[in-house]
Amino acid sequence: MHKIPITPIMKPSEGSMGSTGTWRIVKPVVQHDKCTYCLQCWLHCPESAIVRVDEERKIIIDYNYCKGCGICSDVCPVKAIIMVEE
Amino acid sequence: MSTIKILTGNYAVAWGVKLSRVKVIAAYPITPQTTIVEKIAEFVENGEMDAKYLMVESEHSAMAATIGASATGVRAFTATSSQGLLYMHEMVWWASAARLPIVMAVVMRALAPPWSIWNEHTDLMDQRDTGWLITLAENNQEVLDSIIMSYRISEHEDVLLPSIVGLDAFILSHTLEPVEIPGQDLIDEFLPPRPPKPFTLNPENPITHGGIVTPEYYMEFRYLIEKGMENARRLIVEVAKEYKNITGRWHGDLVDEYKCSDAKILIIVAGATAGTCKEAVDVLREKGFNVGVLRLRYIRPFPSSIVRERVSSVKSVVIIDRSYSFGGGGIIGADVASSIYGSNGGPLIHDYIAGLGGRDIGVREVERIVEETVRAMESGEKGIKTLWFDLKREVLE
Ligand code: SF4
Ligand code: SF4
Repeated sequence: MHKIPITPIMKPSEGSMGSTGTWRIVKPVVQHDKCTYCLQCWLHCPESAIVRVDEERKIIIDYNYCKGCGICSDVCPVKAIIMVEE
Repeated sequence: MSTIKILTGNYAVAWGVKLSRVKVIAAYPITPQTTIVEKIAEFVENGEMDAKYLMVESEHSAMAATIGASATGVRAFTATSSQGLLYMHEMVWWASAARLPIVMAVVMRALAPPWSIWNEHTDLMDQRDTGWLITLAENNQEVLDSIIMSYRISEHEDVLLPSIVGLDAFILSHTLEPVEIPGQDLIDEFLPPRPPKPFTLNPENPITHGGIVTPEYYMEFRYLIEKGMENARRLIVEVAKEYKNITGRWHGDLVDEYKCSDAKILIIVAGATAGTCKEAVDVLREKGFNVGVLRLRYIRPFPSSIVRERVSSVKSVVIIDRSYSFGGGGIIGADVASSIYGSNGGPLIHDYIAGLGGRDIGVREVERIVEETVRAMESGEKGIKTLWFDLKREVLE
């Protein structure tokens, strides 16, 4: 048998630059009193860094992976996510 | 228990798919393929087939969905023709390099413009460099049997490459012929459930497949596809023999020969036209022409060594090519000519496969290539040879 697989297969793991959360210069902060739990941010986040807690109708941002791109803040229809400097 | 039914080539495909217990079918209609996927839809709807049937918005999506299904480890199928196949082309390459053992039926039809729904082989020939095994059937019985055999060959761990079963538009696709349908128990034994290779997508154990590979290793993955093709030559022969043992039927392996042993003139042809050629051979033999037919059952892998052997024992060769490479020539003609190159002199040809995936070819590399070829020439090497240049043997062994 050869040492490489017959077609490239990758396993998810932490990259050589560490978790992507360290790349952030601005940070999304959720104002839970405004949030209607419409999940637009959860759907749009390119890093899947937004976790849903259905029982509490609450979103949590996983800052280990959030890159701070601001898409969630941009798509939120009620402006419940503000971007603050790190 | 086997039964005999009167089937079109398209229905023979559908029966082959049903007997192979395919689990996912994704398809988009196109003439003259449509009745294949209509018949399969009927099987699924009636509960005669336990499968998921996906209606998609294009052939590109049909192959993408078939790839996705196959990547989860199930047996998957699609069918197309002509413009649809060309629209699918990007995904056709993906399927083979992902090493997914998909089987696809291609009802071979001319390309536009001018519009034509009739038969020729150009659409299929356009896939010949994609890394799929490509077989062409002569009759509807072979169509059914080839679908089943193709899954066996494609799923073998030494091959793991997808297969196309080509059938001629209308000549087979819409023509009724008696077809023996083998018993399901027989096929279940011949074709057990698919082994979980080369990988399976599973949310419990996530993987990414097909990500970027730098010039350092890209070429080795390409070489491994070629190795799968080489192994397929052996498997095609073995599987055809095994299929004969259980069904009694023999359509040939890489080739199918008709009255070749004493022939002085050889007709080389692929697909349903071979049946016509065999009839013509009988007529011509009565007129005193010593003719035989070498039908190429497979065009990928190309049966080069058999062609070389047969051609060397005749005085002239007739090739019937139902396709053309503009600015190049007849496609089967070119493959036959390269198979026999060197049997009557000519300079040594070394065909180097180099620089794939961005690997550098510098002046030093060209020097080495030339010096190596000169050494081979001086040691008396002849003919044509394909060499993969500077492969990283240490990761391939
Ligand atoms: S800032 Fe970007 S990465 Fe971070 S949670 Fe919002 S959408 Fe996701
Ligand atoms: S988009 Fe805004 S309102 Fe909707 S769930 Fe996200 S934060 Fe809440």
